[in-house]
Amino acid sequence: MSTALAGLRIFSGSPFVQRQGWLKPAERVAATASQQGFAAASAIARGLASRGRGESPERLANRPRAELFDLNVSEEELMVRETAQRFARDVLRPAAHEADTKCAPPAEFGGALADLALGPMAIPESFGGAASESTSVTSALIAEDLAWGDAGQALAALAPIAVASALVRWGSSAQQAAYLPAFAEETPPRASFAVSEPRALFDPAELRTRAAARGNRYVLHGEKSLVVGAEAADYFLVTAELLGHGPQLFIVARSEAGVSASREPALGARAAGFGRVRFDGVELDASALVGEAAGAVDYEELIARNRVAVSSLMVGVGQAVLDYVTPYVNDRVAFGEPISNRQSVAFMVANLAIEIDAMRMVTWRAAARLERGMNAKREAYLAHLLATEKGLELASSGVQLLGGHGYTKEHPVERFYRDLMALSTVYGGALV
Amino acid sequence: MYLEIPKKLRPFVEQAHLVGEQVFRPISRKYDAKEHEYPVELDMLAAVVDGMNQSGSADGAGASKLKREKSGEGVRNGANMSTALGLTELCWGDCGLALTIPRQGLGNAAITAVANEEQLARFNRRWAAMAITEPNAGSDSASIRTTARLDGDQYVLNGEKIFVTSGSRADLIVVWATLDPSLGRAAIKSFVVEAGTPGMEVARLEHKLGIKASDTATILLTDCRIPKENLLGDPEIRTGAGFAGVMQTFDNTRPLVAAMAVGVARAALERTRELLAEAGDQADFSRSPLRSTAAEAEIYRMEAELEAARLLTLRAAWMADNGIPNSKEASIAKAKAGRVGNAITLRCLQLAGSLGSTETELLEKWARDSKILDIFEGTQQIQLLIIARRLLGKSSSELK
Repeated sequence: MSTALAGLRIFSGSPFVQRQGWLKPAERVAATASQQGFAAASAIARGLASRGRGESPERLANRPRAELFDLNVSEEELMVRETAQRFARDVLRPAAHEADTKCAPPAEFGGALADLALGPMAIPESFGGAASESTSVTSALIAEDLAWGDAGQALAALAPIAVASALVRWGSSAQQAAYLPAFAEETPPRASFAVSEPRALFDPAELRTRAAARGNRYVLHGEKSLVVGAEAADYFLVTAELLGHGPQLFIVARSEAGVSASREPALGARAAGFGRVRFDGVELDASALVGEAAGAVDYEELIARNRVAVSSLMVGVGQAVLDYVTPYVNDRVAFGEPISNRQSVAFMVANLAIEIDAMRMVTWRAAARLERGMNAKREAYLAHLLATEKGLELASSGVQLLGGHGYTKEHPVERFYRDLMALSTVYGGALV
Repeated sequence: MYLEIPKKLRPFVEQAHLVGEQVFRPISRKYDAKEHEYPVELDMLAAVVDGMNQSGSADGAGASKLKREKSGEGVRNGANMSTALGLTELCWGDCGLALTIPRQGLGNAAITAVANEEQLARFNRRWAAMAITEPNAGSDSASIRTTARLDGDQYVLNGEKIFVTSGSRADLIVVWATLDPSLGRAAIKSFVVEAGTPGMEVARLEHKLGIKASDTATILLTDCRIPKENLLGDPEIRTGAGFAGVMQTFDNTRPLVAAMAVGVARAALERTRELLAEAGDQADFSRSPLRSTAAEAEIYRMEAELEAARLLTLRAAWMADNGIPNSKEASIAKAKAGRVGNAITLRCLQLAGSLGSTETELLEKWARDSKILDIFEGTQQIQLLIIARRLLGKSSSELK
């Protein structure tokens, strides 16, 4: 089935699409891979200062605390999940091998992705979206499900959405008015978080990318790595240490003088189109600082949301490993019987299931806390730590269970191996 | 989705914690040193626990409340969850003592799982121990050799049972025996034997690595006659139905052993964090593991594993409360919590150095206590077998 046709089927089934009445003719769906270009973004940025001053920004309400421990997903979460799972199975997984090789999603990716309505789901109705309350759990589930299909394409899909949701959460009213409506369009802006920095032992709590206030402008110096879609991005949300104020977020158009982006493919999740971005004395307008003033962004929460998103992606890839090796070890015969009849093999599979569920539970708890406005710094930290620790085990076992066959590109476990290990080093990329 | 301890159970959890802190901890070392001595302090506690179980939540808690709930309207946080949460707190206090609280035996859970109404009424509020293991049948409980022969209105039991927790203290012993050794699992039934029944004697008490406050008995059955009404559940041998009856108990009790492991491990981790803080290490999640001290990073890893074990345990209990089959998830919880709980207490001992290995602190005791939790109610390896068979769709003859 062609991607466009597969997308169309998902499209018509998407609850958000149906609710919003976005059903469009097939030819349009297929043709909307066209990009908006950074010119538009730059124009928006230039116009920022004169717009929307004094109005209060739109924020999504936190969901109320619940009375009972409850692992059920809501009907709405389930609908979104089913759509994401179909998309992962029918669109992402079949394209994964080629996207991995090319370090980019297929050309028709944008059109198919529009059907998921990720952008509209992230932004409030007043900007053309469908969001009214915080949906961190939905975001975590979508990340998990998309990554099951393909981690790299999942990151490519989620990176712009992360930018939107950060602006919904912390942006000023002017920034929201300038940037958010574009995310209601079929093709979201090419925007991406820039958090990781290229050095060993990187810790997002200790940024070396620095912004200095100079009059009513900022000057930005530093270098970011593992930036999703770096070369093609229109703008970045850059985490940088602002002297005297701690880590802040800055909106930086790629077209600004002093910004240079270059490809830097990683071991895995290659379809994300990772790259490095350098900021050499980039001069920014005061309006580039996210929020009304320094300190508006809750940086710890930002990192927590990122950690939960990355953990979710790793849970998804882990589940993909388990779902692939389970039938394989049952079918593969050695010494006259399926290799799964051996405890040494069967126990590896059992341990995969145990650790994936372990990661999932810790990740879900953190997401559910975030959704309800509860502090989740510790829980997100633990989810991320567990995912990185166990991700290594999942990666290795997945290949090991297929033996030499697992080492070849005839099977996806070598890609899962690379994806898990790359994801375990990613900061940025996605948020819940 | 909401994965916090529910508000309605918090008072109950706090009560259980107070028991752990104020009743168990002060006598924890005493009964570790005096193995086989009955902890008299528990008689009063048993009454309190009965009261707690009735007041703590609408659904109650404890071994005799564990039934897989029928699915009704809405989400339930019932007896499986409250019992798990309560046991975690009690085992945070002392695991051995928690195991020997009167009327909270594994046998009570077994009775609840398979007894008929008449039996439920007759055995209500009695303390029931569980006798499964034999010298030659541990994890392989299908090959037990203790026999039960129907003779008129009585069953006659013969055999040797080992590792019977509270076997010398309980009012009732639930004995697994086979009606016909040639028919395998389907012939295995559970029988309730009153303490003091002629033909049943406690032959000896084990000397153990840990949980010394909890007695572990060897029980000999020699032409021990019990009323035939004391067979729990269905007296017919239904080949093909397999082990369902007697094994049902474990779906409900494995999450509880997992909950116990979580409690012991948390005790060790909390104490170790206090000791590390005195030594100048502050594990406050402000730096990534890579930029923390080695000791802090170790704490973070243990916190993550413990959090996972705790949530997997609550998931299994939640499923049981809501009538969702949870055999795989119960084993996942038990496997994860058993191994993680043990590993945490051992690592904590090492992190604390000589404080960890000497008897002034309780860390060395927790390191001993926690090992049993990765063994009883199904060893780590048995849990992996159960999980693997479920995942791979294998029978026990295919995946041995």
